[in-house]
Amino acid sequence: MAAGMELAVVEEDAATAAAEAVALSRGRIVLRRFLRRKLAVAGLVILVLMFALAFIGPYLSSWNYTDKDYDNFLTGPSASHWFGTTQIGSDVYAQTMRGLQKSLIIGLLAAVLSTGVAGIVGAAAGYFGGWTDRVLMWFVDLLLVLPSFLILAITSPLFHGRTWLLFVILLAAFNWMVTARMVRGLARSLREREFVTAAEVMGVHPLRIITRHLLPNMASLLIIDATLNVGGTIIAETSLSYFGFGVQPPDVSLGTIIADGTDSALNFPWLFYPAGILLILTVMAVAFVGDGLRDAMDDTSGTASSGGSGGAA
Amino acid sequence: MGPFLLRRIVNYLVLITLATCLGYLLAASSLQPREYFSQRQPPPPAAAVNATLTDLNLNDRTPLPDRFGHWAGGVLTGDLGKTIDDTSVSAEMGRRIGVTVRLVLVGTISGALVGVALGFVSAIRQYRPSDHAITFLSFLVLSTPVFLLAVLLKIGTVKINQAAGTTLLPYTNETTPGLAGGWLRHLTDRGQHLVVPTLSLMLGQAALFSRYQRSAMLDVLGADYIRTARATGMRRAPALVKHGLRTALIPMATLFAYQMGLLLTGVTFTEKIFGWHGMGEWFVDSIGRQDVNSVAAMVLFTAVLVLIAGLLSDIAHALLDPRVRV
Repeated sequence: MAAGMELAVVEEDAATAAAEAVALSRGRIVLRRFLRRKLAVAGLVILVLMFALAFIGPYLSSWNYTDKDYDNFLTGPSASHWFGTTQIGSDVYAQTMRGLQKSLIIGLLAAVLSTGVAGIVGAAAGYFGGWTDRVLMWFVDLLLVLPSFLILAITSPLFHGRTWLLFVILLAAFNWMVTARMVRGLARSLREREFVTAAEVMGVHPLRIITRHLLPNMASLLIIDATLNVGGTIIAETSLSYFGFGVQPPDVSLGTIIADGTDSALNFPWLFYPAGILLILTVMAVAFVGDGLRDAMDDTSGTASSGGSGGAA
Repeated sequence: MGPFLLRRIVNYLVLITLATCLGYLLAASSLQPREYFSQRQPPPPAAAVNATLTDLNLNDRTPLPDRFGHWAGGVLTGDLGKTIDDTSVSAEMGRRIGVTVRLVLVGTISGALVGVALGFVSAIRQYRPSDHAITFLSFLVLSTPVFLLAVLLKIGTVKINQAAGTTLLPYTNETTPGLAGGWLRHLTDRGQHLVVPTLSLMLGQAALFSRYQRSAMLDVLGADYIRTARATGMRRAPALVKHGLRTALIPMATLFAYQMGLLLTGVTFTEKIFGWHGMGEWFVDSIGRQDVNSVAAMVLFTAVLVLIAGLLSDIAHALLDPRVRV
């Protein structure tokens, strides 16, 4: 029975691939199209560099982000402190690397988590219809009225003093609704297709239909969405951290570093610019990669507008 | 069009009610007003704290449903409760609401107009240098969180002022304190103060709108009705504006409503960074002060504003697209 389902999926892929070239697999085609887009490749390179910087960077300097140098307060960039020091003698380079690491991990985890939830809930709502569907739409509308920033700021005292993973879960918990709505629309149209009916007739469990037939058929939407979500969650996390609603001291994120450097940005620019530039570069690289993936994976191009019409009030 | 709008309004009123109740319940269960009092120096006696908390309807020893009922009963009669410092929430809101609405109004309208214009130009000159420049700049702005954009604008303003040798563009507060002169002087002063904070909101809006307008316009450019209009002898520019732009604006109406929530998030940063005493600043400070009723007021304000935007976008939708009206 499992083999039969595999066949259905494979046939789907083969059908789309046949239009482009006969011998190439879908993955190869997407890769080739992606590599042809210079900005997307540049974005990918920047992202890889950012991850390398965030995880290898801390070992290059002898300072740790919690260390304090009591001989150097507010000194500019030098041989021992590459990005200078703060008012209390912390090394800005070590802090920025730690912040980048934190922001990247949180952004990545929350984005993947929220897309996963969106896929499952959206597909369930679209497939089952009825009350499951109504409750989901109610949630989506509510989120439209209550921006997630507001909800997360209000609930922030709940995760103070607890693990940052709780923050990741909350970030994801209020971020999945819009994607779920798109997935729901797709699931509703896929539900009518022959391979789903065939599986139903064979008595396949509904949950198995969702995970084996519906979700693989929307893989490209989910991958693109997860990628673009990474940028969105990084912005959300740093914004919350800027006000102290996110990552809590002594830990740092790019948001808290920028918040600390804001007041002295004019006179002591090294407190502010490294974190700011890294943040913009990271989010922009994610956007380029997501955009490139969308163009590479979409066989019918021109979907940029369909992404916007999903959020109707 | 009447029944259509009426149905939307009822839908929106239900949503406002639900959102505000949810906001209150979240705030009441996550904020700890007791801590705010017990951290005072010297710490007040426990009995006094209890009495004050009960008086403000913030006592965590009262069951949540009772507190909620008390609050909801007040809201129905137009009383939003007391702040944690025992002043009226409604009065405080009255002082601040104008500041935020002004900022939001100017930011949205200018942002949407500039964005639509940029997207239009970008689309009809696709793949020209101007299109590439607009695309790159909008990506850059969209990748910059509002707080970073606001701080960068602030630094830029200081540099401009230094270069000009005078305070050409003031960037803190809404007005110059103790300013003398006639109403004209006051008006220009307000205008000058508005420029930089509005920019911090408007740039993001313009970037987003230009992206969506560009792709909507590109979809329309190849349409048959544009070719037909051109075939009747209509020149390119009027054909594009009268037949193309109108159709391409329909998705923007949806985006306008959807955008409001994000914009209200951005306002919080703009107000905080530029020292405007509006709702956003109040919200952030209230969370720090564990002030449940004030936080709930901000939720109500946000819900109402988002839904007004939704209603406006429904009206715009109906005006632009005759199919909705029937």
